[in-house]
Amino acid sequence: MTRKKWSWFTVVNYVVLSLLIIVCLVPIMHVIATSLSEKLEAVSGNVGIWPKGFNLEAYRYVMEDAQFWKALSVTLLRVAIGVPINILLVILTAYPLSKANNRFHGRTVFSWFFVFTMLFNGGMIPGYIVINKLGLLNSIWALTLPGAMNVSYMILMMNFFRGIPTEIEEAAVIDGANQAQVLFRIYLPMSLPSLATIILFATVANWNVWMDGFLYMNTPDKYPLQTYLATLLMESKGNVETLMTPEQLARMEMISEKTIEAAQIFLAALPIMCVYPFLQKYYIKGIVVGSVKG
Amino acid sequence: MAQKTVKPLGLSKKKGIFKRELPFYLMLIPGVLFALVFSYGPMFGLVMAFQDFTPLKSFENSPWVGFENFRMMLQLPTFWPVVRNTLVISLSKIVLRLLVPLVIALLLNEVLHEKFKRVAQTVFFLPYFLSWAVMGGILRSLFEYDGLVNSVLMSMGMERIMFLGSNTWFPIIIILSDVWKDMGYNMIIFLAAITNVDPALHESAALDGANRWQQIWNITLPTIRPIVVMLLVLSLGSVLSAGLDQVMLLYNPMVYESGDIIDTLVYRLGLVNHQWSLSAALGLMKSVISFILVVLSYRVATKHFDYQVF
Repeated sequence: MTRKKWSWFTVVNYVVLSLLIIVCLVPIMHVIATSLSEKLEAVSGNVGIWPKGFNLEAYRYVMEDAQFWKALSVTLLRVAIGVPINILLVILTAYPLSKANNRFHGRTVFSWFFVFTMLFNGGMIPGYIVINKLGLLNSIWALTLPGAMNVSYMILMMNFFRGIPTEIEEAAVIDGANQAQVLFRIYLPMSLPSLATIILFATVANWNVWMDGFLYMNTPDKYPLQTYLATLLMESKGNVETLMTPEQLARMEMISEKTIEAAQIFLAALPIMCVYPFLQKYYIKGIVVGSVKG
Repeated sequence: MAQKTVKPLGLSKKKGIFKRELPFYLMLIPGVLFALVFSYGPMFGLVMAFQDFTPLKSFENSPWVGFENFRMMLQLPTFWPVVRNTLVISLSKIVLRLLVPLVIALLLNEVLHEKFKRVAQTVFFLPYFLSWAVMGGILRSLFEYDGLVNSVLMSMGMERIMFLGSNTWFPIIIILSDVWKDMGYNMIIFLAAITNVDPALHESAALDGANRWQQIWNITLPTIRPIVVMLLVLSLGSVLSAGLDQVMLLYNPMVYESGDIIDTLVYRLGLVNHQWSLSAALGLMKSVISFILVVLSYRVATKHFDYQVF
């Protein structure tokens, strides 16, 4: 090994990667710094990645803002309702479909039934009409039910179930267990790490999505947190502006102040950042199992 | 006599199979119902693309107009520009979403310092978990007229740029920020694939005098090429999806010329202007083309890369 070339390569490599790390961190630090800065300093663009005139005024404002708490409670509710429904449906469908074709003769047909929904979709407008017809508009169910049967999670869970030896199921059946017992007493306890992965996937997805709240909620006070944040940031608010009362519009003007906006951006991301080490670990496992193995 | 005994036996065997598999069918009921209502329901709702649909009259009573909506769609002055914008943005995203993570994964793999590697990986993966609402806020604070980037430009004695109001800059910001947000995902896949490369290959190459570049070029890249190509093939289905929840947050009428995409046009036509059937027709066109591309890409992936849909 030629030592000189090796070290050149390493130096360049470290420099490039370090620069990239800085480029990725600066925007996030800038938002945090802005949220902690003096209003005037933020507006006049003096804030870089360190707060100028450190204060917690913006956070105090957000904490006293009823709308923010309202939006947070909608998000918490959608996670509390949406994730369990999501997981239950995924488990119940993944289990039968994890069986071999000669153990469950309907397997191929039902697999295609579900996979087809990944290949083709009705799109935004017919989806909206269906939800409208069901009378779900403006209710928490419009946020929790439409995406509940998630086929990619189902496929992931199915692959995990497939890894469990069939002898275990056979032994349980001989001992008199029915299929529900096999699933909930044997398969699920054996696949807790995989279950955790899918619960995390579903929770993050429920926390982060903003589009559905924007489409299906008629009044801004029913918005989940991310939708609320998104409408604060949007320049073309589409149909939202027409739905708002003059007071709501006036409020929106006021809270679009830089420091307050930054504080809300940071707060909306905070829970995710707090559990990020966890997420990273489980996601890496899920991604690698889901993709590399095929 | 013999026939008589065979028949009931065959029947009871079939009945036995059904009875044995009945629990499986029962378990599928909730999932099937949800898929029927929320996935297949909208598919049937696509008939509205061939009607003059109004929500009041619903599907049964809206008059049929054949392909009238598609004719109108093609005559929209924005139709072709929007298709072009969609293709430009989504194709750039598809390519860069593979190239950037690939380069980063290759560089990270050469890092010997475990801690540095972990820190870098953590930083690069983080944006993947942030919502577009949060990312939109971050991007806005960077690129708005009095944002961080313009402050830096000013301090360097340059003019401010209206990044989010400029048809040159807007698509670039959309493409690069998307790559930034999601590069961690493919980076993880590539890193996993790279670590699977047999170290003996590198050792013997090093003995033969190959430097790091030559090893990357001749050993690492060829071994992970299949997975790169497979991911490329699988992303074909998203060619007409340029990122609704990202673009919608950042665009404004000034950049419709370069940033209006199929999905945002569907949204505005349908939910803002209430031209339900016209927007459904546009959505249907997108769904059909995407469907053909997805099926094609799955075909290729299963044939050449042992990919399994389920």
